[in-house]
Amino acid sequence: MDILSCTAVQLAAGIKAKEITAVEAMQAVLHQIEQKEKTYHCYVTIEPERALKEAAEVQRRIEAGELTGPLAGVPAAVKDNMCTKNMLTTCSSRILGNFVPAYSAEAVKNLEKAGAVVIGKTNMDEFAMGSTTETSAFGPTCNPVDPEHVPGGSSGGSAAAVALGECVVALGSDTGGSIRQPASYCGVVGLKPTYGTVSRYGLIAYGSSLDQIGPLSKDVADAAAVLEAITSHDEKDSTSLDRKNTDFTSALTVGVRGMKIGIPRDYFGEGLDQEVKEAVLNAAKVLKEAGAEIEEFDLGMVEYAIPAYYTIATAEASSNLERFDGIKYGYRTKEFEGLHNMYKKTRSEGFGAEVKRRIMLGSFVLSSGYYDAYYLKALRTKAMIKKAFNEAFEKYDLILGPVAPTTAPKLGSSLSDPLKMYLGDIYTISVNLAGLPGISVPCGKDSQGLPIGLQLIADCFQEKKMIQAAYSFEQIYVGDSFSSKKAGCGKENR
Amino acid sequence: MGKIYEIVIGLEVHVELATKTKIFCGCSTEFGGAPNSHTCPVCTGMPGSLPVLNRQVLEYAIAVGLATNCEITRYAKFDRKNYFYPDNPQNYQISQLYLPICRNGHVEIETNAGKKLIGIHEIHMEEDAGKLVHDDWEDCTLVDYNRSGVPLIEIVSEPDMRSAEEVITYLENLRMLISYLGASDCKLQEGSMRADVNLSVREAGSEKYGTRTEMKNLNSFKAITHAIEGERERQIERLEEGKTIIQETRRWDDNKEASFAMRSKEDAQDYRYFPDPDLAPIQVSEKMMDAIRVKQPEFRPEKMARYQQEYDIPTYDIEIITGSKHMADIFEETVAACGQPKKVSNWLMVETMRLLKEHEMDPEDIHFSPVHLAKLIQMIDEKKINGSVGKEVFEQIFEHDVDPEKYVEEKGLLTVNDTGALKKVIEEIVQKNPQSVEDYRSGKEKAIGFLVGQTMKAMQGKADPAQINQILKELL
Repeated sequence: MDILSCTAVQLAAGIKAKEITAVEAMQAVLHQIEQKEKTYHCYVTIEPERALKEAAEVQRRIEAGELTGPLAGVPAAVKDNMCTKNMLTTCSSRILGNFVPAYSAEAVKNLEKAGAVVIGKTNMDEFAMGSTTETSAFGPTCNPVDPEHVPGGSSGGSAAAVALGECVVALGSDTGGSIRQPASYCGVVGLKPTYGTVSRYGLIAYGSSLDQIGPLSKDVADAAAVLEAITSHDEKDSTSLDRKNTDFTSALTVGVRGMKIGIPRDYFGEGLDQEVKEAVLNAAKVLKEAGAEIEEFDLGMVEYAIPAYYTIATAEASSNLERFDGIKYGYRTKEFEGLHNMYKKTRSEGFGAEVKRRIMLGSFVLSSGYYDAYYLKALRTKAMIKKAFNEAFEKYDLILGPVAPTTAPKLGSSLSDPLKMYLGDIYTISVNLAGLPGISVPCGKDSQGLPIGLQLIADCFQEKKMIQAAYSFEQIYVGDSFSSKKAGCGKENR
Repeated sequence: MGKIYEIVIGLEVHVELATKTKIFCGCSTEFGGAPNSHTCPVCTGMPGSLPVLNRQVLEYAIAVGLATNCEITRYAKFDRKNYFYPDNPQNYQISQLYLPICRNGHVEIETNAGKKLIGIHEIHMEEDAGKLVHDDWEDCTLVDYNRSGVPLIEIVSEPDMRSAEEVITYLENLRMLISYLGASDCKLQEGSMRADVNLSVREAGSEKYGTRTEMKNLNSFKAITHAIEGERERQIERLEEGKTIIQETRRWDDNKEASFAMRSKEDAQDYRYFPDPDLAPIQVSEKMMDAIRVKQPEFRPEKMARYQQEYDIPTYDIEIITGSKHMADIFEETVAACGQPKKVSNWLMVETMRLLKEHEMDPEDIHFSPVHLAKLIQMIDEKKINGSVGKEVFEQIFEHDVDPEKYVEEKGLLTVNDTGALKKVIEEIVQKNPQSVEDYRSGKEKAIGFLVGQTMKAMQGKADPAQINQILKELL
């Protein structure tokens, strides 16, 4: 059994069938980490001993029949902005470089409850601010296909770790595309659920009204299994929803006949790379041939999404990041004179350039006299974007488009022009502003061999439709993706 | 020379709500725990923690709003007030700016000048901060987050008050309303009620308000009165000297009886208020409003009017008894059990007040059962015990809530009603005190008092002095 090419569902089945143990699976993944980590740097923290001990315990519980689900015994990674009890949680920032939480995020708890074993914490853009994982205070992660390229971000460590077999599934967080875009760049599946589906308790906030945790995985079935495990109504999170019908794995059936899929013309205009465009339109063709009704339409409001997003997200971030002040935990400057000097030096030394830029931007848009002109206007824009989607979903079951305008850029080519980097979020950001679910599924490669992602967007609470379409595409589409490599994994093959 | 000035005062009153747990987490609000013993990730601002509104806070805030004739905001929100200070673990305070829970109310006050309405601009909910403790020994500052997240409401009045008397009356009315609701004990000294005074002066008859100052750190009615007088004089003096008033926050120093500038408007921080995205907007349903309306108590003015009608007791007694809802409840329950309002009132006014003072307790701390006081009154009426035994028993009721019947029986304090036995004792006393008998017979009425006293002593207090008096007179 080639453990590293197994999906979570296959691996858990293999463990259940006693073909392999959870400990052996963990050992194989740890071995892969040893081989790859030096080159790719997916993790901020790896705890092999804890992982092996935990795997042994999970194995015991599987044998005792206490754990039977599709994630039991599966090695998993967690983005470093989710609290993990007694395990370093840094947000890839110097300011939290020594922070060890006393509690675990609800999503992490739910993942562990399902029997997944956490290996460690994955690298990310500092406080999830960035699209390349290059703003990490601990150095960038490299693209699994070509290490000279970025893995995307901000959940770049999670996406690359899944692609490299440094874990089987991973949790990421998505504020403006931070799950879907790195999934697209790394050739894996990334799913951002409806806002409120997964508890944010223990997720270190960037833009609270936009942040949502979701899975990164080798295929759609794993994404559905992880989403099902981490979905919960959490009373500790006031924005958590009490959702019904969250058996997302039940949507893993092939069939798109009669599904109405809209393609926004606004997503295929200037700035979209030709190869990406072709791959995404080809994916639409695949779905059409499978019986879906495909239609082009004008979504509208697309050009307003980026300014609205960068106003709202940075405003919330400027406030959310105030607690990092050197008083209670985390980094504190060594020498200072008085309280205010301590605050200034701690935060100047503790935060990186991109975080400071966004804190300043956010502070500006909230400041007295500008609040109405910027923040309130952005909230109104957000409402109009939501309205545009509502109108689209009156006609369509799903919206189809690219995840990002290009494939993964080269390391070092993005940060010099932040505005250009922000524009790269154009297809993912409005999904967060409207609170919708979105998924990125591999749909091809460019001429350099870099992966391209297809984005499917559904109306709120319609994850099942989205999962069904994504799963159908994955099963029908013949390309160089994980789903087509599955033959190598054990005897099982759906 | 000779200008007449008027003072214009508005108050910002912070009231700590009497909830068992904090506003956004399940930690206890109890006072006096070891530093940081009543804390959790939420109230210490740990990364990833999230606030969840304590429903009781909302209910209290709405109840206070209804009691002060406010409009209740049916779609309210919490906002973040951003400022850096170590007692504020998130470096923002969760408060309400844009859509506070209550608006446009009023409280009626009555002073020597007559009745008047004081407008309430708004009431909003917010969280309290922690406490900084300076350690002189180590020369460092420590933070105790036990108070962090304790629920507060801030009641902002309109600038409708014109004298210290009006201010104090307004505060007393507020305190009475809120304590009747059980929403807070409103103790200024202990900080569960804090008032900031916004004050300006203007020439009498002027339409325009003068520049105001805000005074903080006022923790007694006396301090408030002194601060108002002091600030009035300071402002008038400046105006008379041709100087202007600077809009600033001033700190009252009760020992020096003077206020000192803390910060001026120029240093005012930009709090960058915005709606807290971690808390869903508050939707106040009609059902919730009804449930709160039903629970509103009879407030003091209505209660006083009813007592005047229902019970034959002096106005002074009514004022004292209704000064505490708890005391009034005890009064009403005791009267219901024994049907003697005047006697119940006397026990509360005299003995209860004396014991409260002796034990340094507030009326709120009374913990005896009304039925025990009722029984005591009946036992005295039925002459099962006499008045002085009654007082002794009441002390036990007050302190330990004993059942008077059981207590009297156990301690053998029942009055001896066996006339034969009593007569026998009196005869002995008469025999032993021939001089007093002589004195009485020769017209010294007072002498009988001595004989009664001796009999009581011999009976160990368990007799009815009136009965002794009567038997003595018959014998002599």
